Amino acid sequence: MANIKLENLTKRFGENTVVDRVNIEIPNGTLVSILGPSGCGKTTLLRMIAGFETPDEGSIFFDQDSVVNVPANKRNIGMVFQSYALFPHMTVEENVAYGLQQRKLSKEEIDARVKQVIDTVHMKEFQKRKPKQLSGGQQQRVALARALAISPRLLLLDECLSALDKKLRVEMQTELRKILEESKVTTFFVTHDQEEAMTLSDFIVVMNKGIIEQMGTPLEVYEKPKNKFVASFLGKANFFQSEDGTSFAVRPEKIHLSAEEQAGARQEGVITFITYSGNITSYTIECDGEAVLCEKQNVQIRENLKKGQKVFLRWDKDSEIELADE
Amino acid sequence: MKKKKKLLTFPSIIVLTVFAILPLIIMLVYSFQSDSGSSGVTLENYTNFFLKSVYLKLTYRTIINSLAVTIISLIISYPLAYFMAKKFKGLKNIVMILILIPFFTNQLVRVYSWLIFLQDGGVLNSFLQSVGLIEGSLGILFTQGAVVIGLVHAFFPYMVITIYLALERVDNSLLEASSSLGASKVRTFFQVVLPLSMPGVVTGIMIVFVPCLGTFVEPRILGGVNGTVIGTVIEDQFFEIYGWNFGAAIAFVLFAMVIISMTGLSRIGRRYDNE
Ligand SMILES: Nc1ncnc2c1ncn2[C@@H]1O[C@H](COP(=O)(O)OP(=O)(O)OP(=O)(O)O)[C@@H](O)[C@H]1O
Ligand SMILES: [Mg+2]
Repeated sequence: MANIKLENLTKRFGENTVVDRVNIEIPNGTLVSILGPSGCGKTTLLRMIAGFETPDEGSIFFDQDSVVNVPANKRNIGMVFQSYALFPHMTVEENVAYGLQQRKLSKEEIDARVKQVIDTVHMKEFQKRKPKQLSGGQQQRVALARALAISPRLLLLDECLSALDKKLRVEMQTELRKILEESKVTTFFVTHDQEEAMTLSDFIVVMNKGIIEQMGTPLEVYEKPKNKFVASFLGKANFFQSEDGTSFAVRPEKIHLSAEEQAGARQEGVITFITYSGNITSYTIECDGEAVLCEKQNVQIRENLKKGQKVFLRWDKDSEIELADE
Repeated sequence: MKKKKKLLTFPSIIVLTVFAILPLIIMLVYSFQSDSGSSGVTLENYTNFFLKSVYLKLTYRTIINSLAVTIISLIISYPLAYFMAKKFKGLKNIVMILILIPFFTNQLVRVYSWLIFLQDGGVLNSFLQSVGLIEGSLGILFTQGAVVIGLVHAFFPYMVITIYLALERVDNSLLEASSSLGASKVRTFFQVVLPLSMPGVVTGIMIVFVPCLGTFVEPRILGGVNGTVIGTVIEDQFFEIYGWNFGAAIAFVLFAMVIISMTGLSRIGRRYDNE
């Protein structure tokens, strides 16, 4: 476990600056999601922290120690790869023991630790199997156990859930959260799934084209996105211009719809599209040629709004999110 | 559906029977007949082979030669394949072409090139003399050494390829995983890379050792009178002495050696199979 600090971390591949002056400081024991579109530099950032890529500029601190010149195998970092990267010629047990065997530990210590970690991820009955004989979710657990076994100072997870199907992914998210909270290890979790980032993390770092757009708690980043990119990448947003020319965003669920004219209505338009998805219904409303998205929780079945109908839109002043200029 | 499939395998079964199994049966029949002309089934060819120490010595020499070729090929091939697969990815194609050249060279051309290169007063001889490493003649041609050199050149490319293919399949993320778990490069090599490339190594050993047992061109041309091995004896029996029955018997002994070594090696190979 450690306090992690990234200072002006920069990586270029040829002309291409893939990670651009990234500054992050993470307190001990927190779980941080790195969220961003494909190709924005998430993996590269993680690989620099792990020691597989050398940064062109900047430094990485674990507590007070700069680790830029420390080789990967001396950094004591647990890493879970997107492909899991389990050793195919070793059993579950042997995979989990691997990292411990590189350290000066007695056989008893190793066995005890392996047993403990395998129990944590509920893989006891599979411990004699080879990775090929396991399902994706099970391999995932082994990869996590192997990384946790060495009691790493820092855990790095690179889109490790994205290969699983939706149901299993949600299950694993909850379990992962539980395991990580128990082990109290500082964790970087890369994903491009915003829901996953929200569910799992204490902090979300939103990345785009190598820079950090915003960092904050899920609540902060969702409720107070700094700019258009963050607002639209994390959740859905409608963008409007106010009279003075500044732009602001409103989340779809914060817009109230009514068929009758009402005091304080901000816009009026015609419903062009209705999607019913069980818990919510989404309405697309055309206002002055702009499509506005509005979502209603289906507290009761509402039938009163129909496609083609004229509606009035209203929202509270504090639902308006002011955006920094692009 | 099943019937159709069976029908479709028919032509290949016929081809196999005519070109592989039938000749084997004919050879087998030959091997139990006497070269002296007396008719009837006899074991004399086999007893001749196993009772005469000269043939046992030749068998021994054949095995030792093949082992030497295999080991030297392995020593050359593994590092080459490793660097091609894991280090110099850019140079991979050039190295591959260089390695494949012996494949495309006619066997006789290749062997005679070695003859010219290795002979006393030849290129190697003059070179070694000019740098002062030896005086006088080299004396390597027409020894087992020359045979082994020629065979290594002929067979090691196969081994490079099988090992290279196995190494290519070792995902780099495994090496990174090993390193993040605290293993040094050397330990990563011995605990991850080497075991995972073993199927390729075993296949490579098989692909070099087994055909080496039956070669006769390199031993004859590069080994001269000292080059006699089982392969050359069989060839002599068929083309020089016309002792076809004895020749067939030796060929079957060789065949048995091939089968035994192949089974043994594929047993070992299966141990490393993770599929
Ligand atoms: N070794 C490399 N050499 C050159 N360019 C690279 C290299 N690795 C990554 N890149 C480039 O750097 C950029 C960022 O890559 P990176 O893998 O970090 O993205 P990512 O955010 O992890 O994307 P994804 O979500 O698709 O995994 C990409 O444009 C990629 O093409
Ligand atoms: Mg990535």
